[in-house]
Amino acid sequence: MKKFLSGDEAFAEGVRLACPEVISAYPITPQTVVVEKLSEMVENGSLDAEFIHVESEHSALSCAIGASAAGVRTFTATSSQGLLYMAEGLVYASGGRFPIVMMNANRATALPWNIYGDQRDSLALLDTGWIQSYAENAQEALDLALMAYYIAEHRDVSTPYMANLDGFILTHTYENVDIPSPEQAKAYLPPYETDNRFDFDHPTNMGFSAGPDTNFIFKYKEHRAFDRARGIITEAEQRFAEIFGRRYTGLLDTYLTEDAEYVIVTLGTIAGLCRNIADELREQGIKAGVVRIRYVRPFPNDEITTALRSAKAIAVLEKDISFGNAGTVYTNVTSALHWGGITAPAYNFIGGLGGKDISADDIREVFRRIQTGTDRLNWIGVNENEH
Amino acid sequence: MKMNINALDRNEYFYGHKACAGCGGSLAVRAALKVLGERTAAVLPAGCMSAVGFNFPQLCFGNNAIISMFAGTASMLTGVEAGLRRKGHRDFHAVGFAGDGGTADIGIQALSGAIDRGDDIIYICYDNEAYMNTGIQKSGLTPYGARTTTTPAGANIHGNIRPKKNMFEIAAAHDIPYAATATVGYLNDFISKVEKASKIKGTKYIHVIAPCPTGWGIPVSDTVEVAREIVDCGLWYLAEYENGEYKLDRDPGEFASAENYLRRQGRFRHLTDQDIHTIITSRDRKWEKIRKEWK
Repeated sequence: MKKFLSGDEAFAEGVRLACPEVISAYPITPQTVVVEKLSEMVENGSLDAEFIHVESEHSALSCAIGASAAGVRTFTATSSQGLLYMAEGLVYASGGRFPIVMMNANRATALPWNIYGDQRDSLALLDTGWIQSYAENAQEALDLALMAYYIAEHRDVSTPYMANLDGFILTHTYENVDIPSPEQAKAYLPPYETDNRFDFDHPTNMGFSAGPDTNFIFKYKEHRAFDRARGIITEAEQRFAEIFGRRYTGLLDTYLTEDAEYVIVTLGTIAGLCRNIADELREQGIKAGVVRIRYVRPFPNDEITTALRSAKAIAVLEKDISFGNAGTVYTNVTSALHWGGITAPAYNFIGGLGGKDISADDIREVFRRIQTGTDRLNWIGVNENEH
Repeated sequence: MKMNINALDRNEYFYGHKACAGCGGSLAVRAALKVLGERTAAVLPAGCMSAVGFNFPQLCFGNNAIISMFAGTASMLTGVEAGLRRKGHRDFHAVGFAGDGGTADIGIQALSGAIDRGDDIIYICYDNEAYMNTGIQKSGLTPYGARTTTTPAGANIHGNIRPKKNMFEIAAAHDIPYAATATVGYLNDFISKVEKASKIKGTKYIHVIAPCPTGWGIPVSDTVEVAREIVDCGLWYLAEYENGEYKLDRDPGEFASAENYLRRQGRFRHLTDQDIHTIITSRDRKWEKIRKEWK
């Protein structure tokens, strides 16, 4: 069934198809539409779930962890300050191996206050042990909601999953979206089964302490789960294609990279504009390409290396900055390049902070600058003399 | 018949932990779990009881139990209760055991949220009147005059200058189905309140005084005696809130000596006669109100 939906609404449709049993959420712009839609679904009986009106994001995640410890499928959603307020719970959920699925509407972080989209919220929390995906459009958002549960709950993974949607640009933009049938969703997503839960017949103690003798082993196992998640993401996408007929391409999505000499590596919604400009440059005889990172954790180290084999110069374009260094996506990409033995220069472009538009001309300028060589770190729209 | 110690479950649900000798908190947890039984899921935040009971691979709870985030006792309980119910379970208890700091300070928001939602949980605050696990720092439930490591008693300031936050009445002000105060010194009263709470639908809050010999500066053999004396001298009271009404369970009539209660504890040893007078005046004011309003 096709419907004209915003990214938030599409994601809510995906969650409905996944049938979580406990939803705990606290409102924050631009996430609110998701939880409003889910509330309506619970009210009208199309989603049989407990909707718990928690009093904060910290409690939203704490509640989801509790429900997950009881052995049920859970969902929560947040954005920006709310995600940061949850930060303690993020490491708690991952350390406890609770496969909670959360939607995060990527939004700028205060101060200064700003409700618009950038990716500084989720990227600041890359090290919390959550799988992180970044959707490009509403259809992918819906599909990722379903795949998120498949991947997170898989016994080889058992790791929480944060599905990121660019605030407003994706969460509030309407597109035609294909909504799978509940029967298809049921065929795709098995019920959540786990031993990592309370059991009255075999009582268990969870969320415990582990001292220096054992702590590192738990951390090592968490890391190994991410390695296994790579394969499970592939499996989840293959199964998805079999049932729903839509194909996804794993940890990243490439465009014309087979022979590309000048490549923008980016993530989220801006990738579409980058591809348009790559087409334009191709018409002028410039071999341009685009890599869209779909998963920042686990990170596509090998895939990036493969995609950038023919690159003469690389731009990493991101809506993030790690003050005192560079964008976090950039440092991740350059480490992949180093491991993969790619010596082409890679330049970082910081743009779109606080929802600032990245225009077609901005993208043209990025491609132009990497052809001639530029600073390692470039701020789109910043005039050093003026600012 | 009211629950009493002799009728308690012989099984142990909190056993083999490494709590200090004379620990009042571990006594409260042990007794409450015997009342609630094996079909119980317990949530304990970071704090003394989780620190002594959950050291992998030595896990001390005989029933289902989990450590929550420090601020998240009540919110995790909410999730546990909802999750277990969704799993099709009936006739189980979701119980939280949080200390005074975990309840009155960092956890008060989540507790308020849970009471507001009416979640079907039992929340037990074991109150040892300071952050004992981290080395005796002041909490919102540290009483007036008490010396802690963050409220040192010196020539200028005589320990903690603020009274205890009134958690019992704060819980009651949410119009909670059931709230009660207790002490490990009167264990029958405590366990009968736990049992009563276990039969009431909605959110239940029990605030139990649980002395900490280390933090209070008392011999480890005096825990129960001191936990009785605090009630007998009127510095704590045994009461309930139910159906919108407060009820006083025990009126000691003529108070035992508050001065004796205070002077036997290292944390109050520095108090001047004037300080003790201030404490007694405040006690008498409270009791005047209690005797008038809580029948």
